[in-house]
Amino acid sequence: MDKVYPGVDEAVADIPDGASIAISGFFTAGTPIPLIKALARQGAKDLTIICMQMGPGNEDINQLVINKQIKKAICNYPFYRSASRGANSPTEQAVRAGEIEMEVYPMGTFSEKLRAAGAGIAAFYTPTGVGTVVEQGKEKRKFGDRDCLLEYALKPDYAFVYAYKGDRVGNLSCHKTARNYNPEMAAAGKITIAAVENIVEPGDIDGDMVHIPGVYVQRVVKVERPRYIPTID
Amino acid sequence: MNVTRKLRGLSRELIALRIANELEDGTYVNLGIGIPTLVSDWIEGRDIILQAELGMLNTGPLASRDEVEQDLINASCQPVTELAGSSFFSENESFAMIRGGYMDTAVLGALQVSEKGDLAGWQNPERGLPEDIGNIGGSMDLAVGARKVIIAMMHVTNDGQYKIVKNCSYPLTARGVVDLIVTDLAFIEVTPKGLLLREVAPGLTAEDVQSVTEPKLIISPDLKEMQL
Repeated sequence: MDKVYPGVDEAVADIPDGASIAISGFFTAGTPIPLIKALARQGAKDLTIICMQMGPGNEDINQLVINKQIKKAICNYPFYRSASRGANSPTEQAVRAGEIEMEVYPMGTFSEKLRAAGAGIAAFYTPTGVGTVVEQGKEKRKFGDRDCLLEYALKPDYAFVYAYKGDRVGNLSCHKTARNYNPEMAAAGKITIAAVENIVEPGDIDGDMVHIPGVYVQRVVKVERPRYIPTID
Repeated sequence: MNVTRKLRGLSRELIALRIANELEDGTYVNLGIGIPTLVSDWIEGRDIILQAELGMLNTGPLASRDEVEQDLINASCQPVTELAGSSFFSENESFAMIRGGYMDTAVLGALQVSEKGDLAGWQNPERGLPEDIGNIGGSMDLAVGARKVIIAMMHVTNDGQYKIVKNCSYPLTARGVVDLIVTDLAFIEVTPKGLLLREVAPGLTAEDVQSVTEPKLIISPDLKEMQL
């Protein structure tokens, strides 16, 4: 079994119009920027993007908005914190203009929807969001003395994940806080594409250090380690 | 509802200090964005473990320029450092910890807090976005999951509007979750009977604080000045 692709463009080449794609990363950490850039070059349209944020820490995602490739975005912290900076961001402008449909979930609910999808769970009840706008249109049910909301699993067609190290059969090892959404998105994606800084042979990653087992990963592609100072200001 | 006069109280740093003094040793704490983040400056060396909700326990101080590691950030995207006993995990596990009740305390900012302990903090309607769209982030999970919720904020808005209100007019983060409100002017406990004013900033009176607070405050018989 060898899941290594020659480059990021080959790894995203088959993504069709209308696909849903989960893109990992908590601001700058663990964000597969080279795959986002390749998707912008590839040009698939009417996409549903499932990603924590649309700009802060992952500015390259703006190119997908500018190219009008995105139909819908599902997020938990979509915008810049600064209202003035947000007003100039392509995503916020597109949402205000009604060009992109957006759904926002609480952060824990967002990743649990992905976890559920990867684990074969159809839906779950959570206490988060009760009594807020998040409960609109959702079933509410009491467990003990606590109201909970029914939330459904979210299964993307593709997932873009990022790892510090990966082997040819797709076992991935993440680095510190760059792990964040990667394990759950990898498991949720029907086809998971991993951008990996260091590709090694099977056996070179200690099995105890595998954070994402290869069964969840269909494609592995080498990327250069980016150099940046983490900031969203 | 314009507040008539401007009172002089604590700086943001001293609000954070008052909260740091309220945290107990041997506890797990999550600090939100804004004034809550400043609490970390006052607890170095104490037996308190901070969680960063992207997937880290025992988050260390902010990294110096030489220490910056791009794969080691806090939930505000600031480079941080590791401490002895730090651990890393997925964001999903981080929120399992939060909802599972393993965070003893969450210190959060707020736009409004009601006398019933309702919290509104994730969206300012003045930004003009659709009512169900905005940066919810981890706030709703933390407000619901943490055993104790402490609010750190300025007592009134920049243009002098009440932030401690009878009923929140801004979109809610969660209902009935706030335990303590610490502002530049006062230390207030949310009780089933209403808001209990326990401490005032040095030089202020209970009447001063009431004048910038919409709901009627219950004045503690032990009312005192904040010790800093």
